[in-house]
Amino acid sequence: MLTALFFYLFASLTVISGFMVVFVKNPVHAVLFLILAFFNVAGLFLLLGAEFLALTLLIVYVGAVAVLFLFVVMMLDVDFAELKSGFLNYLPAGLFVGGILLAEIIMVSGAWILNPALSTLEKVKEIDPTVTNTENFGKVLYTDHLYYFEAAGIVLLIAMVGAIVLTLRQRDGVRRQDIATQVGRQPKDAMEIKKVETGQGI
Amino acid sequence: MSQVSEYLPLLPEIIVVIGALVLLLVGVFNEERGAKMVWGLTMLVIAAAVGFLIKDWGTNTILFNGSFIIDDYARLLKIMVLLGGLVTLYMSITYLSETGIFKSEYSVLILFSLLGMMMMISAGDLIALYLGLEVQSLALYVVASFRRDSVRSSESGLKYFVLGSLSSGMLLYGCSMIYGFTGTIYFNEIATASLVAGAPSLGLIIGLVFLLAGLAFKISAVPFHMWTPDVYEGAPTAVTAFFAACPKIAAMGLLIRVIYSAFPELIDQWQQIIVFIAIASMILGAFGAIGQTNIKRLMAYSSISHMGFALVGLAAGNREGIEGALIYLMIYLVMTVGTFALILSMRRNEEMVENIDDLKGLSQTNLTAAFMLGVLMFSLAGIPPLAGFFAKFYVFMAAVKANLFPLAVIGILSSVVGAFYYLRIIKIMFFDEAKEEFTQMPSQLKLVLGASGLFVLFYVVYPNPIIEVARVAARALLPTI
Repeated sequence: MLTALFFYLFASLTVISGFMVVFVKNPVHAVLFLILAFFNVAGLFLLLGAEFLALTLLIVYVGAVAVLFLFVVMMLDVDFAELKSGFLNYLPAGLFVGGILLAEIIMVSGAWILNPALSTLEKVKEIDPTVTNTENFGKVLYTDHLYYFEAAGIVLLIAMVGAIVLTLRQRDGVRRQDIATQVGRQPKDAMEIKKVETGQGI
Repeated sequence: MSQVSEYLPLLPEIIVVIGALVLLLVGVFNEERGAKMVWGLTMLVIAAAVGFLIKDWGTNTILFNGSFIIDDYARLLKIMVLLGGLVTLYMSITYLSETGIFKSEYSVLILFSLLGMMMMISAGDLIALYLGLEVQSLALYVVASFRRDSVRSSESGLKYFVLGSLSSGMLLYGCSMIYGFTGTIYFNEIATASLVAGAPSLGLIIGLVFLLAGLAFKISAVPFHMWTPDVYEGAPTAVTAFFAACPKIAAMGLLIRVIYSAFPELIDQWQQIIVFIAIASMILGAFGAIGQTNIKRLMAYSSISHMGFALVGLAAGNREGIEGALIYLMIYLVMTVGTFALILSMRRNEEMVENIDDLKGLSQTNLTAAFMLGVLMFSLAGIPPLAGFFAKFYVFMAAVKANLFPLAVIGILSSVVGAFYYLRIIKIMFFDEAKEEFTQMPSQLKLVLGASGLFVLFYVVYPNPIIEVARVAARALLPTI
């Protein structure tokens, strides 16, 4: 009962914020609605018992991707009003693509009805329900799949090194804060005491 | 619980990884002298890895539940790739410091891409295959655009990156089809799964085609070659030398491993594909090079046709074919490295020149270099008694033994066409009016050019060691056939 209540709460909020992403005028608000949608989808995953996926979604999509979007929207001077002017012209194409996606989803999820023989196929191995998803991942990620894990880490390291090598430039005339110099500064370097004669000025 | 000693055969890879990580830090903390220090240490790391590979020769190990295969086949290819990387890195120092791109990251990225190649060669399943390929390619994309202030270098890096991602996409699609239709990612299990099913399923064949397309891109075989001339021309010459030598060998090694260990039952299917891309590469490489004026572009077409010749051995589908392909790769490596040693020394007035016309009358200004390049060109053309002739001889013999006569005949004809442009270079060097002298050749380039020229000349005297290691390696891959 409570699960159903939460399901409808999360699901309806996801759908509503999805609509809002498309329809609000202000792009920053759109990104914020996108974040709301991500949060609600994470809630749906939690209800399904996929807590690892829910947390990954929050970390990756909210923590990284959405913040990146927000930066792009705020840094780039894009005229969104103009971008949206021919909005309805794309409706037929959009509906067409959406229709294909819908048909594919129905075919995939209804495959058992279309072809009863499929239900005899070997099912995915069930995991031990007493252990959480995260624990299951942890058990194999650093043992059986250690090699893949390390290799993927190297791929990411190379990407990082490459990005830095190709873009980092040492520019002249940039004044950076150097805390050690600031702290180590002595009064005698910074100040000069002058005896001012009365009525003379410096 | 596994013992640490179980992972000792992995030592060459571990040395390379830890070496790369440490050298990255060494480079960051020594801003002035770092580049040169890291350059030297990188070569030391590579040499150490080669040493451990030679020490373990003759043993077989499979690690990580079958993801990582270490046998003599893998070891031979790894030694080839590492030595190729070592020599091209050694040659590159003058070029890099003169163009002002000598940074410590260059050596580290080369080291990482060598690691990727080692992972490719040892891959025992589809995920390991893909990860190795990505480690290698990602580092190569970066070094291709390493001269970031040059538009052409950036263009070549970008082109390589976009087309490389496309090919990775095709490869992954193929992998997912293969996994979907066999239910496993391990090469040996794929082989048994396709055996059990009787006639191979259509989905598996489609997966195989996509996998081969992705790998053909990496060895720049026709029809997936279009990136090669542009990338070779645009990339810094030192990087081009590396591109021509190492990634080709690693990808070819991976291709041989995949089709022989995962798809021995589908030989009828993949043989057609390999025969087609071999013929197309040989012909296009031969004809495409004729009109080139830039020597780096010419070498790109030359490498396309050479990959075609190596594929002839693969298409034969027997052990002689694999032996032939391995010998071909070894000799190709030596010839390419030697040729690029000369290309790297083509400097005039502090500037690199890369047109074929710039070689005019080289024999009058520098007879030794002209003679060595002449020998290498004759060898690339496949003229006896130089090493290049024997390389072609072994693969064509294997093709004839497998009754692939049309393939062998087309191969020989296209090598005749190819001889034209190699001989043209010799004509330009020896019979044309001399141009201004090149800048004095750095000693390391002299050494590499001389060594490879002598290897090519005297291979005929004592070819046994090379034939023998190729035989051992081929037997390690195919113990039964």
